[in-house]
Amino acid sequence: MNVLKTILFYLAVVLIVVVAVFPFYYAIVTSFKTGTALFEVDYWPREFNFQNYISVMQQGEFPRNILNSIVVATLTVGFALFLGVTASYALARVRFRGRTLLLLTILGVSMFPQIAVLAGLFELIRFLGLFNTPWGLVLSYTIFTLPFTVWVLTTFMRDLPVEIEEAAIVDGATPWQIITKVFLPLMWPALVTTGLLAFIGAWNEFLFALTFTSSNSTRTVPVAIALLSGASQFETPWGLIMAASVIVTVPLIILVLIFQRKIVAGLTAGGVKG
Amino acid sequence: MAEIQLKDVRKSYGSVDVIKGVDLEIRDGEFMVFVGPSGCGKSTLLRLIAGLEDITSGDLLFDGKRVNDLAPSKRGIAMVFQSYALYPHMKVYDNMAFGMKLAKAGPDEIRRRVEKAAKMLHIDHLLDRLPKQLSGGQRQRVAIGRAIVRDPKVFLFDEPLSNLDAALRVATRLEIAKLHHEMKNVTMIYVTHDQVEAMTLADRICVLRDGLVMQVGTPSELYERPNSLFVAGFIGSPKMNFVNGQIAQGFNAHTIGIRSEHMVVDNADPVWRGKVVHAENLGSDNFLFVDIGSEEPVLVRQEGKTAIPWGAEIGVRPLIENLHRFDETGNPIR
Amino acid sequence: MASITAGQPEPQATRPARRSELQAERVRAARLFLLPMLVALTLVAAWPLFRTIYFSFTDTSLSNIGAGKWVGFDNYLSVRTLSSGKVITRGVLVDPAWWNAVWNTFRFAIISVSIETVLGLLVALVLNAEFKGRGLVRAAILIPWAIPTIVSAKLWAWLFNDQFGMVNDMLMSLGLIDHKIAWTADVSTAMYAVLIVDIWKTTPFMALLCLAGLQMIPRDMYEAAKIDGVHPIKVFFRVTLPLVKPALMVAVIFRLLDALRIFDLIYVLTPNSSATKTMSVISRENLIDFDKFAYGSAQSTLLFLIIALAVILYIWLGRVDLGGQKQ
Repeated sequence: MNVLKTILFYLAVVLIVVVAVFPFYYAIVTSFKTGTALFEVDYWPREFNFQNYISVMQQGEFPRNILNSIVVATLTVGFALFLGVTASYALARVRFRGRTLLLLTILGVSMFPQIAVLAGLFELIRFLGLFNTPWGLVLSYTIFTLPFTVWVLTTFMRDLPVEIEEAAIVDGATPWQIITKVFLPLMWPALVTTGLLAFIGAWNEFLFALTFTSSNSTRTVPVAIALLSGASQFETPWGLIMAASVIVTVPLIILVLIFQRKIVAGLTAGGVKG
Repeated sequence: MAEIQLKDVRKSYGSVDVIKGVDLEIRDGEFMVFVGPSGCGKSTLLRLIAGLEDITSGDLLFDGKRVNDLAPSKRGIAMVFQSYALYPHMKVYDNMAFGMKLAKAGPDEIRRRVEKAAKMLHIDHLLDRLPKQLSGGQRQRVAIGRAIVRDPKVFLFDEPLSNLDAALRVATRLEIAKLHHEMKNVTMIYVTHDQVEAMTLADRICVLRDGLVMQVGTPSELYERPNSLFVAGFIGSPKMNFVNGQIAQGFNAHTIGIRSEHMVVDNADPVWRGKVVHAENLGSDNFLFVDIGSEEPVLVRQEGKTAIPWGAEIGVRPLIENLHRFDETGNPIR
Repeated sequence: MASITAGQPEPQATRPARRSELQAERVRAARLFLLPMLVALTLVAAWPLFRTIYFSFTDTSLSNIGAGKWVGFDNYLSVRTLSSGKVITRGVLVDPAWWNAVWNTFRFAIISVSIETVLGLLVALVLNAEFKGRGLVRAAILIPWAIPTIVSAKLWAWLFNDQFGMVNDMLMSLGLIDHKIAWTADVSTAMYAVLIVDIWKTTPFMALLCLAGLQMIPRDMYEAAKIDGVHPIKVFFRVTLPLVKPALMVAVIFRLLDALRIFDLIYVLTPNSSATKTMSVISRENLIDFDKFAYGSAQSTLLFLIIALAVILYIWLGRVDLGGQKQ
C-alpha cells in the first residue's frame, strides 16, 4: 500500500514536470530543424542546425525588435520604480486622510481591463506625437506596472521596522532623506523583485504594442513574433518562429530561475496579501 | 540643561484615550523613570516628550518654552530604542555620525565627537563593523553612543534593556547609572516595566497606570510612603503582603499592607499565629509563607538562620510603624 | 505599530487639525510623493477611460478622431421606424456578435479559472510534501509562467498544427483519434485549444500562490490530525481548505479579472474564430481594424462596466479581504 502510494506520488511529480517543460522543449527541438525535417514529428533532437537562428537574427528587423523591447521594458521599470518608491513610502508610513481609499483605487487600476482605455490612450498618444515610438509604449505600460509596483512596495515598506524610521527622525532626517539614506539601502531585494516582475510584464505586453506601433522597426518582440511571416503569405515559417521564441524566452527563464524565491515572495505580496 | 514640564497632557487615538491628563515636572539633570504595567501609557508619554507622537491637548515645556509642535530633531533630545534601531546598512561609525552629518557638521568635529563617545562606551574598536556583526550588548552600547554623539539636553530611553539577557541587563544597568553620573547636565527619562530597574536607576520615579500618574517621588519615598494600594503593590520585591477582611478591620482599615522584612517571627508575643506552608531559602534571606487565615499566606523574611520546618505553627508580629493602611478605594489612611 | 496599519481611526479626522511640525512635514512630504504617481495614473488611466466613454456617445472615426459628433446612446441602441413602418434596431446591445463575445468571455473565464484553481491546489499539495528534488520541480513549473504569452500561443499553435502538430501525431499513434483535427481552426475545438494553453500557462501561478498559503499552515496541525486518526481526505476538507481559503479567494479574483480581459492568447492562437472571440478581441477589432471607433468604444465601455460589476459582486458575495486588514 505504501509502496503504491509512493509510486503514484512520484508519477504525479513526473507528470507535472513533463507537462510543464515539454512544450518548450519541443520548441527548442523544432528550432534546430529546417526544410522538410520540420514536418516530421520528432520527440528527440535529430540535428542541430543553427540556420533558423542565423536567419532570424540576420534578415528582417528582429535584432531591432529585441533592442526595442529592452529599451521599453527598462524605461518602464525605471519610471515605475522611481514613482513607486516615493508613493509607497507615503502610503505605507504616513497617516493621512483617505489613505485606504487611495490604496483601493490603485488596486482597482491594476485590475483595469486594458481595452477600456485603448481608445482614449490612442487619442492621447497621437496627440502627444508618441505614436509609433518607444515612448508611447512606456507611457501606456505605466497603467499596469505602476499600480503593481506601488502595491508590492507598500507591503514591503510596511514591514520595515518603525523604530529605525523613528531613530532617523530623531537624528533629524527629512522624509526624503529617510527614503534615500535609510530605506532604499534596505529595500534592494524588494526593488529587484518588483523591478523584475514589472520588466517581465512590460516585456510580454502585446495589446498596446500591437496598437501603438505600426512599423517593423518600432515593434517589440511579442508583436514581431506574432506577425512573423515567411516568404509567401500562406506559409508559416515555424522554424523561424520557434528560434525567435527561444531567443526571447531563454534569458527570461534564466532570470526567473535565478530569482525564483524572490519572485514567489513578490507574487505572494502582490497577490495573496492583496 | 533642560527642565521639562507637562501640563495636563492628553493623548487619544480616535476615541481611545491613552494619556488622560498628566501633570509632571522633571528637573534639570534628573534621572526620571516612568514605570508601570504594560499598557499604562509610559511609552506613549515618552514618545510625546520625544515628539514622535502629537499631543492631543495640554502643554509640553522645555525650560519654560512650549515645544508641543517642535520637530523631534529640534528639541535637543536623543533616544535609545528598545530594539536598538541601528541602521543595518551602516557601519557603527556611520550609525553614530548620521545625525551630525544630516546637521551638516564638519568632518573633523564629527570624528572627534564619535570617537569620544566610542571611547566612553568602550566600543572604539568596533567602529568599522556592521550592526549584524555585533552582540546584543554591543549593539545597545552603539545605540547609546549614537545618542551621546548628538550631545543632547534630554536623553530618552525606551525599555533599553528588555532585549538583553539577565546578566547583561545588570551590567548595562550599571553602565547607564555611570553615564548619568558622567553627564550631570543631561536630563534623563527612562521607561521600564521593571520596578527593580526603576529603583536602582532613578533619582525620582513616576508610577503610571491607565494613562494617569499614580505617584511621583524618590525610590525610598515610593517604597516607604506609597500613596495608593497600587503603588504599594507595584514597588518592591518581593511584593508587599496585603491582607483584607477581619484581620484588616482589626486595624481600622479595609486593607493592610506590610512588607516581608517588616514582619518578625515572635512566638512569645505574636499578633498572628499560623502554619508555615512553604519556605524559600535564597541563601542571604529565608522567606516563610505563613497561613494566618488571610486570603493568601503572608510572606515573612526571617532573621537569623534557624531552620523552621514546613508545617510548623509559629507566631508573627508586624512592625506597626511600618504597617500601611488603606481604605476601600485604595487610598492610604494616615 | 499602530501608526502604520491601514484603516485606522485617524485623529486628525476627529479633532480640528492642529498638527505638530513633524506631522505637518510628513503629510506635506506624503502629498508631494504621491503627486507624480497620481498625475501619471490620471494621465494613463482616468483620462483615457473618460475619453473612451465619451467616444462611445459619438460617431468618431479612427481616421479623424477629433471630428466626432455627439450621438447619444446610438452606439448602444438605436431604434428607428422607417416610413414603411418597419422598425430597425441597431447598436451593441442588439448585436449578436457582441453577445457571442460576452458568452465566450465568461465561458472561458469561469472554466479556465475553475480548472486552474483545482489543478493549482493539487500541484501545490504535491509540492508541499517533502521529497527529493522538490526545488527542481518548483523551478520546472515556473517555466510555463515565465514564457511570454505570445510565445506560448505560437508554441501551442505549432503543437496543435493540424498537419504536422505533435498533438495530432501523439493522439493518432495512441489510437485515440482516427483523423487529424484542426484544433485551432475548427469551431468545435477552438475553445478547448485556448483553454488548454491558458490552463497550462497559468496553473503554475495558482500553484505558487496556493503553496504560499499552504506553507503558512503549521505542521503540527497535520500531526495532531494524524495522531487523532483523521482520514487525510477529511483533513484536507476540514483543515487545509478552510485555512487556505482566504488566500485562494484573492488569487481567484485576480485570475478571474485577468481571464475576463483576455486578448493576446486568443488573438494569436485562434484569429478570427467566432467560437473564441472575446469582448477584448471584438472591441479592438472594431476600434482599430474595422474603423468603427465609436462602436468599439461602446463595447470597451460595456466591458469595463461588466468587469466592474463582476468585481463588486465577487467581493460582496465572497467578503474578500483585499486589503489584508482582517488578518
